[in-house]
Amino acid sequence: MEDNLKRLSRFRRHRAVAPVLLVLALLSIGTTFSVAGAATSGPITAAERSALIEEGKQIFLKGCSSCHGLNAEGAAIAPSLIGVGAASVDFQVATGRMPMADMSQQAMRKAPVYNEREVEALAAYVASLAPGPEIPGEELLNYERDGSVAEGGELFRTNCAMCHNYAGQGGALTRGKYAPTVMGVTPRHIYEAMITGPQSMPVFSDKTITPEEKLSIIKWIKAAEAEPQLGGAALGRVGPVTEGLLAWTLGLGLLVGVAVWLAMKAR
Amino acid sequence: MSNEIEPLKDPGLPAHTPRRADIDPLAAKKAERQVAILFLLSAAGTILLIASYLFIPQDVFIFFPVLGSTNAHQLFLGLGLAASLFFIGMGAIHWAKTLMPDEEVVIQRHEFRSPDEDRAEFVKSAKEGAAAAGLGRRSLIKRTLGLSLGLVGLSPLILLGDLGPLPDEKQKMTSWKKGTRLVTDPGDRPIRPEDLEVGAVAQTLPAVAPGTHRKLSDIAKDAVLLIRLRPEEFNLDAERLSWTHEGIIAFSKICSHMGCAVALYEQQTKHLLCPCHQSTFDVTRAAKVIFGPAARPLPQLAITVDSEGYLVAQNPFNEPVGPSFWGRSA
Amino acid sequence: MTARERIAGSVANYVDERTGAAKWMKKNLTKVFPDHWSFLLGEIVLYSFIILLLSGTYLTFWFDPSQREVIYDGSYEPLQGIEMSAAYASTLDISFEVRGGLLMRQIHHWSALIFVAGMVVHLMRVYFTGAFRKPREFNWIIGVGLLTLGIVEGFLGYSLPDDLLSGTGIRIAEAIIQALPVVGSYLAFFAFGGAFPGEAFIPRIYTVHVLLLPGAFLALITVHLMLVWYQKHTQYPGPGRTEKNVVGYPLLPVYMAKAGGFFFIVFGVTAFLGAVASINPVWLFGPYTPAQVTAGSQPDWYMGWLDGLVRMAPPLESYIFGYTISWNILIPALIVPGILFTGLALYPFIESWITGDKREHHLLDRPRNAPNRTALGVMSITFMLVALINGGNDIIATTFDLTINQIMWFSRIGIFVLPPLAFVITKRLCLSLQRADRELVLHGRETGRLVMMPHGEFVEVHEPISPEKAWLLTQHEQVPPLALEEHDASGVRRPKALTNKLRARMSRAHAVAIPKATAEDLKQIENH
Repeated sequence: MEDNLKRLSRFRRHRAVAPVLLVLALLSIGTTFSVAGAATSGPITAAERSALIEEGKQIFLKGCSSCHGLNAEGAAIAPSLIGVGAASVDFQVATGRMPMADMSQQAMRKAPVYNEREVEALAAYVASLAPGPEIPGEELLNYERDGSVAEGGELFRTNCAMCHNYAGQGGALTRGKYAPTVMGVTPRHIYEAMITGPQSMPVFSDKTITPEEKLSIIKWIKAAEAEPQLGGAALGRVGPVTEGLLAWTLGLGLLVGVAVWLAMKAR
Repeated sequence: MSNEIEPLKDPGLPAHTPRRADIDPLAAKKAERQVAILFLLSAAGTILLIASYLFIPQDVFIFFPVLGSTNAHQLFLGLGLAASLFFIGMGAIHWAKTLMPDEEVVIQRHEFRSPDEDRAEFVKSAKEGAAAAGLGRRSLIKRTLGLSLGLVGLSPLILLGDLGPLPDEKQKMTSWKKGTRLVTDPGDRPIRPEDLEVGAVAQTLPAVAPGTHRKLSDIAKDAVLLIRLRPEEFNLDAERLSWTHEGIIAFSKICSHMGCAVALYEQQTKHLLCPCHQSTFDVTRAAKVIFGPAARPLPQLAITVDSEGYLVAQNPFNEPVGPSFWGRSA
Repeated sequence: MTARERIAGSVANYVDERTGAAKWMKKNLTKVFPDHWSFLLGEIVLYSFIILLLSGTYLTFWFDPSQREVIYDGSYEPLQGIEMSAAYASTLDISFEVRGGLLMRQIHHWSALIFVAGMVVHLMRVYFTGAFRKPREFNWIIGVGLLTLGIVEGFLGYSLPDDLLSGTGIRIAEAIIQALPVVGSYLAFFAFGGAFPGEAFIPRIYTVHVLLLPGAFLALITVHLMLVWYQKHTQYPGPGRTEKNVVGYPLLPVYMAKAGGFFFIVFGVTAFLGAVASINPVWLFGPYTPAQVTAGSQPDWYMGWLDGLVRMAPPLESYIFGYTISWNILIPALIVPGILFTGLALYPFIESWITGDKREHHLLDRPRNAPNRTALGVMSITFMLVALINGGNDIIATTFDLTINQIMWFSRIGIFVLPPLAFVITKRLCLSLQRADRELVLHGRETGRLVMMPHGEFVEVHEPISPEKAWLLTQHEQVPPLALEEHDASGVRRPKALTNKLRARMSRAHAVAIPKATAEDLKQIENH
């Protein structure tokens, strides 16, 4: 699987493969996480830990330090990473947002550059600089077992829908920034986003939205993602704009088409 | 002027060209069969509708390209109905087009204006009627009638008076009092300053006695957004700064423009955006409007902590929250 | 005489002896209707109205128009146990517990969108062809009234389910009412039975939505159709068609079959949309509460332009003697729409004042032959489109990788610049088309065949067009502008000189035209 990713990452810059890659990457992330999660759940020794941190430091110096500084102290173009915690690194790097492809308005979700092991090492390194939010454990993410979907919906509508839209499809922010869709995001990354507040997103503290409530939000998002079309084509789930467009094009279009046929003389 | 120039001549209605079905009995037979097929398709649609209603359970989902995994009951019920209606229409129109006479008919228009004698007669009888009633002479009747008719128009307005209470000072007030705790929405948990990291937000409402049910009309004025910044990021005057607590600032979530919930907080730019009309407020400058149609900043709630260390309101809002209204003094 | 004929005969006799219907029917069964696809646009609206009545009645059987709070215990899991209004809960029940309920909801909503869209295109057809001219001004005004009511009815309708999206819309409507000077707060408290949102609004607008406005629609549509019937339909110009006749198909059987068939087509297409495309999925929005909102809060399309205007309004408020005037709401939400709709309603009278034309018109104009009117129409459409685009600026921004700020500034400038530009371009386009018509009549159609002349020059063969076509291109009147003297014979300035000057100027602008080809011109060419 990792080999797969590496081989694919060589063609990363090719335009045409990007969508394919994204799908593949999402699939592989999903599967590797379930495997890797089980593998790392056991306690690791101090020696293993420091080796991991050292490995992470090397990756950091090669891939991140040009923007974030040699000691992750930050620079004009990139923020300091001291104290952002392992959760932040895992979110930013494993969703492919970091390293950024270009200095655009905001980092986009794309195929990750680093594999699971490298992300883990980077996270360990950044976490070693100063304490910060940790990567949530599996027991916080078992949305299939725990949590309440209705409560999650209520929380989502109060705390998330104003940016991410009522169905989690994302929406516009000021000056070209946007809240991305939350569909197809792994539970771990959703959780990490809430506790770290990546980019424009604010932080949702564990005291104002408890870990159980966060799990309910994830449960609701997963339910929305899996919800089949109850009433036909969803039209992007973005509200009345696409509905109006369809009424004018398909609806009125069909009717005018029939009207033209009706008024045509038969041969 | 245009009349002096000779226009082209109207060649008149073109001669009727017969259709195939008019001259060829085979073509007519074919058209008849086509119409029949369309009507049969409609009948098939109704059968599909009945079958879907009776036999497809409501929780069956089938994958279709473009649509995705779709509820089969709803889809086939709808397609059956659509087909049953659509093909009746197609059949009828095809019938009319191919088999009913298609020779255009000419009829003449009539003038709308009534003949002069009719008009004169009308004016005469109207005048006579008015004279017989004596409306012109009996001015007392005319005036009192006008008065009574005018007053009758008032009664529905009076009778609608109980549609609602008159607006009072409560319109300008919220449930926030000095010392009211800010609690999470939903969850109703009080909040300590240390619960919020820098960059964190919390949706809050005023605490109510346990078991109390909040009215929507209260929430519509009481909703407050808590945001934590680094204290040095504020650009506030001394008074407004004293309304914050350790970098935590509280704003009414009800937009000062048209009352939507303003809660799109951008952590990096410290901007608040309203999703309805895109008014943008700068949190560091006491929610000053920096873009969009809102004319006023969001009202700021002065906060502090109580003896147990929970965030509370220092004071009620010092101005009415929500959209502007006539009686709202600036 | 067969048995069937005997029965039909006695029934007809029975009815006629009591109503005298035969006389009326005799005349009207042979009534002639001109055939053109654009004459069916109004029928789309009429049939949509019937579909709305039918599907709406169905929905009322289960809908509970109450803001009483209930706990949802229906089959849609993500909302189980949530507090909501009975209106919202019963909408969920219609969607998930009533078989075919969701289909009917979707048919009702799609039909509403098509209803208003149909009115708009019907209005455009009537406008651009000049069908509103004498004697049809009353019907034009009724039409504008129907459009206005249709927008209100639609808004009230999608507000009924009391979901998060429509609740946000009601919140905005309340802000508009509140913004009215002096009476705003009173009206808002009366409408909502107290402070927003209260518990009275949904039941009240339900009565308006299902009783008051449909009643008004029925009355106005009846008058609208009776006038069409009595005044007879307009027709497009063409050979054999004059101001004095109507050329078309008789009511029985052709028109009846076609129009009746078209009703089923409209219903079928609407049902098809209801089957395949989700609309207003209220279960995803959640119940309304004032502390929540969703990204992309938009109204339905026919209110979208209004929302777009409100979004682009400047942040202006005045404070006078302790009172507040919200220009940022009043201008875009009340003043501008008020001017637009008043202007629309009065247009027939404005045009006839400008042209001084008081004659009846039953032959339609080809839009190019009324450049000023056509340009004004395109200008208004452009205005509405800019506003509509701004109403969806957030969705457009995320879809096309733009920023809402860019689209907002584009709209703020565009709303002033683009409509006049559209006017100028359209007017020129119309005149070019007139010129092309003239060329076509005088020199015929280009065949693409080249012929070598005896002296070696190549010329393209032009084929003369048919007399029917030539007539179509030249049948229109070219009326000179009004001659309004500023001074009378003795050199004294007339009263109302300024108004007259304005009128004369507009009349000149209205009369601009490329002289159409005449018999004289053709003769000259032949002799040449």
